[in-house]
Amino acid sequence: MNDRIEKRIELKASVSRVWQALTDYREFGEWFRVKLDGPFVVGEVSRGQITYPGYEHLKWEAVVQKIEAERLFSFTWHPYAIDTKVDYSKEPQTLVEFKLEKTPTGTLLLLSESGFDKIPAGRRMEAFRMNDGGWTQQMKNIEHHVTEKP
Amino acid sequence: MSQRSHRRVTAAERGRAAIFAALGDETRLLLIAKLCSGQPHSISELTVGSKLTRQAITKHLRVLQRAGIVHGVRAGREQRFEFDPEPMQEIKQYLDIVSEQWDQALARLKLFVED
Repeated sequence: MNDRIEKRIELKASVSRVWQALTDYREFGEWFRVKLDGPFVVGEVSRGQITYPGYEHLKWEAVVQKIEAERLFSFTWHPYAIDTKVDYSKEPQTLVEFKLEKTPTGTLLLLSESGFDKIPAGRRMEAFRMNDGGWTQQMKNIEHHVTEKP
Repeated sequence: MSQRSHRRVTAAERGRAAIFAALGDETRLLLIAKLCSGQPHSISELTVGSKLTRQAITKHLRVLQRAGIVHGVRAGREQRFEFDPEPMQEIKQYLDIVSEQWDQALARLKLFVED
């Protein structure tokens, strides 16, 4: 068992295209479902509002860690900061990293999220609540939506 | 919230970050492998086949106990140890949820850049 999540996905798009989708705050917001206040700046807090159906009341907050052109984009955040009454600012954060590699057919995107060992158990329970509250169904709705209107 | 979920919180409260730390050791992983068989084991049984001393094994068992992965049970005069999978399951389920969300987010990214 590991305390990190790792994903690999092959994208049929150039590294530049993927890089833009990741680091341009408007494009990031399009696919991630968040309306960000402004561009990503290393060392600064990125703020915005979640646009995911059913979760629009939630704020997005992350601290940009690294922006290394067309190679690495990373930020730290509080996973599942879904209780608007809780101040999460003192809690440990996880690190999200997007790494890009050129392939013959496009781009290989490596995503990792690490540091879950530091996340308190109570917070992990919120994830269960969120999941029980129809998150999976929301996901299906979105999938349907994007398939209908790609 | 159901009884089952409630018990899971309690187990998780004991475990937390200690679970990962407890698992990051070869000897302790071997101990868990032995305890996974289901039957509570005594320290003597757990020491058999190991190069480590009884004291060293006891020390490792304490680490696992603090993480909530292993519980001590009394069998007459003897102290035995049993495996509790709950804290590990709780973390695994949590990571599965986060993992699932990344799958979905990356699927949206794929549609977005390949359009």
